[in-house]
Amino acid sequence: MKALRELGNYSTLLYQALRSSTEFKTYRKSFFHEMVKIGYDSVPIIMLTGFFTGSVMTIQSAYQLESAFIPLSTIGAIVSESILIELAAVISSLVLAGKVGARIATELGTMRVSEQIDALESMGFNSVSFLVVPRVLAGIMMFPVLYIVACVFGIGGGLLAGLFTGTVPAADFLLGARMYFQPWTVIFGFVKMFVFGFIITSISSYKGYYATGGAEGVGKSTTNATVISCMVVLLADFLLASLLL
Amino acid sequence: MIEIKNLTKSFGDLLVWEDVSFNIQDGETIAIIGKSGCGKSVLIKHINALLVPDSGSVLIDGEDIHKMDYVSKRKLRQKFGVLFQGSALFDSINTFENVAFPLRYFSNQSEEEIRNNVMEALSHVNLEDAYNKETSELSGGMRKRVGLARAIVLKPNYIMYDEPTSGLDPQTSQEINELIIDLAKSLDITSIVVTHDMHSVLKVADKVAFLDQEKLSWHGTVEEMKKSEHKALIDFITASEYQIKQRVEYN
Repeated sequence: MKALRELGNYSTLLYQALRSSTEFKTYRKSFFHEMVKIGYDSVPIIMLTGFFTGSVMTIQSAYQLESAFIPLSTIGAIVSESILIELAAVISSLVLAGKVGARIATELGTMRVSEQIDALESMGFNSVSFLVVPRVLAGIMMFPVLYIVACVFGIGGGLLAGLFTGTVPAADFLLGARMYFQPWTVIFGFVKMFVFGFIITSISSYKGYYATGGAEGVGKSTTNATVISCMVVLLADFLLASLLL
Repeated sequence: MIEIKNLTKSFGDLLVWEDVSFNIQDGETIAIIGKSGCGKSVLIKHINALLVPDSGSVLIDGEDIHKMDYVSKRKLRQKFGVLFQGSALFDSINTFENVAFPLRYFSNQSEEEIRNNVMEALSHVNLEDAYNKETSELSGGMRKRVGLARAIVLKPNYIMYDEPTSGLDPQTSQEINELIIDLAKSLDITSIVVTHDMHSVLKVADKVAFLDQEKLSWHGTVEEMKKSEHKALIDFITASEYQIKQRVEYN
């Protein structure tokens, strides 16, 4: 029953956000500000996540596929395809649920409990347009950009790990990566990041916007935002794979 | 004029108050008093429609704010200035930008006009020198005054104060009380003050509305309040030594 009520409130907030999205003048400034915070500020952690994911995949694949009958280029194919189709999107999104989602829920939650959202409304602002719309739009736009960063550093990390550990020569790695490359996997990755960006920013905005009960309430809404975002991202990942592949 | 008619509000099973009715005339200052948790702040959030009542209406100059569409409601809210209990300043911007905030979005003023209006609002609250301070650098009293400057910068017809003196020392409370009186006079504003500080009530209010036992228990002028024999009201206003002394002196 509570879950249904939450779903109803979440849908109402999304409807309000959709209706308010035409008020570009209200959220223009914060939209660009959010693009920087969600996109640019997340680049270092996405670079690191991508790099180490690719590196570990190469080392583990080399360990598991150690056979004279399997060409080394297979490792390049496995690593690059896995990163493009799944890991760059999902692992980056789980990390961003913690970084971006928690920040959004905390910011909005603090604004709610310190009456800053009431202050905006009482001045005549549409607080949904001012606070929720720019965050969700910036998320939808910047998550696919971060996907590119994760892919580049993931494949780059895999390549370098193979090179420096001596398990896969760069030429073999690149040969495998090119041989099995399908443009659709990249499009699929972009679609996933677009959806995950929406899920994380909208759930976190919802949890923060309706936070109650002081510091403890903000903490609870931040935790819920992160946990629910991660769960919904994994569910959406499964649904998208079932529908689009 | 604000007309509150048969307003009832509950949160789930908890009844806050029912059948609350009273009027606020233009230019007057009314204090809404009552024990902590009796729904004073909830009541003023119904006046500018931040909360929706279970039943009843709030007429602002003859129009029911709760029956308006969202766009009209937002326009009407611009006639209200609100000083929140915790000041509700935006902590990501400094004092000047907090006060300039509504002007930047709701007026077509040039940067110079915005600057002049912000400095004028800050001068009303004696804080011209603090215009470039970060909100984290402001004391409790200063935060209230910046909140007040932001509330008056759009030159509202009505201003609502939610516990304006709570958490302040007696001297700063006195300064805030003086400000409420000065602003009401100089800007010809209708003021609604939610408080349980009886010193503040006696200083600033023309009329008093007393919430008790989930209803509007008493309503009248300050002079009538001093003479009233309403037991719950007497118990409330004479709950401190200072107020007992005031009442003895008056009688």
